[in-house]
Amino acid sequence: MAKTLSKGGKLSRSYMEKMLTVCLFLLIPTVLLVIFTYIPAGEMIRFSFEERDQFGANVKFIGLDNYKTVFETPEYFAAFKNSLYYLAGSFIQLGLALFLATILCSKIRFSSFFKGVLFFPYMINTVAVALIFRRFFQRGDGVTNTDGVLNSIITLFGGEPVKFLSTAGLVNICLVFVSIWRYIGFDLVMFIGAIQSVSPDIYEAADLDGANRFQVFRYIIAPSIRPIILLQMILAVKGAISVYEIPYIVTGGRFGSSTFVIQTTETAFKFQKVGLASAMAVVLFLIIVAVTIVQKIAFKEER
Amino acid sequence: MDNAVKAPAKQDYSEQKFVAGLMNFLKYAVLVIACLVVLVPLVVVFFGSFKNNREFLSSNVFALPTSIEWNNYKTAFIDGKVLLGLRNTVVIIIISCTGTIITGTMTAYVLQRFNTLFGRVLKAAFLLATLFPSISMQVTVYRIMNRFGLVGTMAAPIILYIGTDIISIYIFMQFLDNISYSLDESAIIDGANYFTVFFRIILPLLKPAIATVLIIKVISIYNDFYTPQLYMPQEELSVVSTSLYRFMGPYGAKWEIIFAGIVIIIIPTLIIFLTLQKQIYAGLVNGSVKE
Repeated sequence: MAKTLSKGGKLSRSYMEKMLTVCLFLLIPTVLLVIFTYIPAGEMIRFSFEERDQFGANVKFIGLDNYKTVFETPEYFAAFKNSLYYLAGSFIQLGLALFLATILCSKIRFSSFFKGVLFFPYMINTVAVALIFRRFFQRGDGVTNTDGVLNSIITLFGGEPVKFLSTAGLVNICLVFVSIWRYIGFDLVMFIGAIQSVSPDIYEAADLDGANRFQVFRYIIAPSIRPIILLQMILAVKGAISVYEIPYIVTGGRFGSSTFVIQTTETAFKFQKVGLASAMAVVLFLIIVAVTIVQKIAFKEER
Repeated sequence: MDNAVKAPAKQDYSEQKFVAGLMNFLKYAVLVIACLVVLVPLVVVFFGSFKNNREFLSSNVFALPTSIEWNNYKTAFIDGKVLLGLRNTVVIIIISCTGTIITGTMTAYVLQRFNTLFGRVLKAAFLLATLFPSISMQVTVYRIMNRFGLVGTMAAPIILYIGTDIISIYIFMQFLDNISYSLDESAIIDGANYFTVFFRIILPLLKPAIATVLIIKVISIYNDFYTPQLYMPQEELSVVSTSLYRFMGPYGAKWEIIFAGIVIIIIPTLIIFLTLQKQIYAGLVNGSVKE
C-alpha cells in the first residue's frame, strides 16, 4: 500500500508531471555534483598521468612517473608515517572517550556540566584551537616572547623548558594531543548516546542479578556500543590520513610534522606541480576506498 | 552459626561501602582532571587577553591581569578585521544554509519517494562522492572555479558548501522514511500536484531534520578554514577563521591581541552551545550514525 505512489498506480498523477518534478527537483544538485565533483575527479585522474603546472602549459604525458615519485620520495613517505601518530592518537582518544562516557553514565552529579566542558572544544573554531596550542607549547626566547603554559608548568617544578614544537617526533605527539583535546568530546557524545539508548530496565535487571560494574560493562554496555566503536575506528583511520588544518596552522608542517594532505596542497599550490599533486590525491582516494571496503565487510559480519 | 555468618557479612558491608566511596571519589577525580585539561588552555587565553603587552611578557601565564586592558579587543575587532570576518561568515552561513535546505530537502524527497533510474544513479553518485578526499580534490576544483571566474568571490565557498553536502541529503532521506506515504496520497487524491505536496506537507514535517542539518552545517562552516583561505585570499573577504589566521602576521609576537581575537571568536560559539546544547548533541548523534 505504501508503494502505490511510486509504482504509478491510479493514485499517482500523470507520468509527465512526475518526470517534470523529478527533473526540476534534481536539476541543481545534479549540475553542482557534476561540475564541482565529478569533472574535477575526472581531471584529477587524467592529470595524475601528466606533467603539468597550474596554468596547464607544456603538458606532457608521463604515464606512472608521478605515482613512482609519490612512493619513492622519502618526504612523502615520512608524511604517511606521521599519520601513524594520529592513528595511535585516535585509538587512545576512543579508549579515553569510552572510559569517560561510562563514568558519566553512572550515577554522577553535574554530569551534564562535565559532558559540556569535555565536548566544548569540538565546537571551537579550528584556527582558534591551533593558535591556542601554538602558544600553549611555546618555548619563549626571553625577549619578545615568554614560555607558554606547558613550559611555565615545567619551570614551576624546576624542570628545563622544552622546545615542544621544533623537536622532531615530539612535535607530532603535541599535535596529536591537540587533536585529541579537540575531538574527544565528539566521541564522548556518541558513546553516551549509545549507552543511554540501552533501556534502563536492563541495567536494573543486571543490578538485581548482582552483576558488578565490570560485568555490566562487558555484557551490556560493550555490545550495545560495538557498532559505534567500529564506525569511529573506521573514521579514525580515514581521519588519520586526512589530517590537515591543525598541523598546517600550528607548525606549517615544519620539523617533521607535515602530513600527506599538507604536502598535496603545497605540491599543487606552492610548487605548482598539479600533475604530481593529482597523483597524490588519487593515492589518498584509493586508500580511503580500501578502508571503506574493509568497513563494509566488517559491518556485514556484524549483522 | 547465625551469628558467625552475620558478623563477617557486616564487615563485608562496610568494606563494600568504603570501596564504593573510593570508586566514587576516583570517578570525580578523573572527571575533574579531564575538565582541567580542557579548561586550562582556555582560561589562560581569557586572562591573557586582558593583559597589556608589558604585563603579558612579565607576568606568570596563570596570573590574573592586574588591570583590564580593553585595547586588545579594540585592536582585534577593528584593525584585526574580526568584525568584518564575523559579518562575512554570517552572510556565507545564511546563503549556504538556505541553499542546502532547499536543494537538500527537494533532492531527498525525489530520491526517497520516486523510484526512478535517474534518482538511483544520482544516489549512487552521491555515495561515491563521499569517498573523494575533499581537501586534496581542491587541486582540480580550484581550476574549475577559476574557469568560472569564482575564485576570489564568496560564491566559491557557498557553491562548495551547498553542492557537496551529501550528509544533509542522507539525514533528510532518513527522516522521510518515517513520514507516512498516506499523507502524500490523500493530498494527491484531493488534487494537489507534487509541488504542493512537497511545499505544503513534506517540508513542514521535515522541520526537526532541518534543525539537525542547520546545527551541523553552521558548526562546520563557522569552523572551516581551508575553503575560505583557498578561494577568498583578499582581506575584505575575510571570514572568522581567515581573519584570525592573519593575526599571526602583523601581531606575530603580540599574543595578547591574538588572545583577544580568539575570545571574540569563541563567544558566539559559547552562546550557541549554551542555548542549544541538547539539540547539538542530538544533531551530531543523528548525523553520524547514518552511515
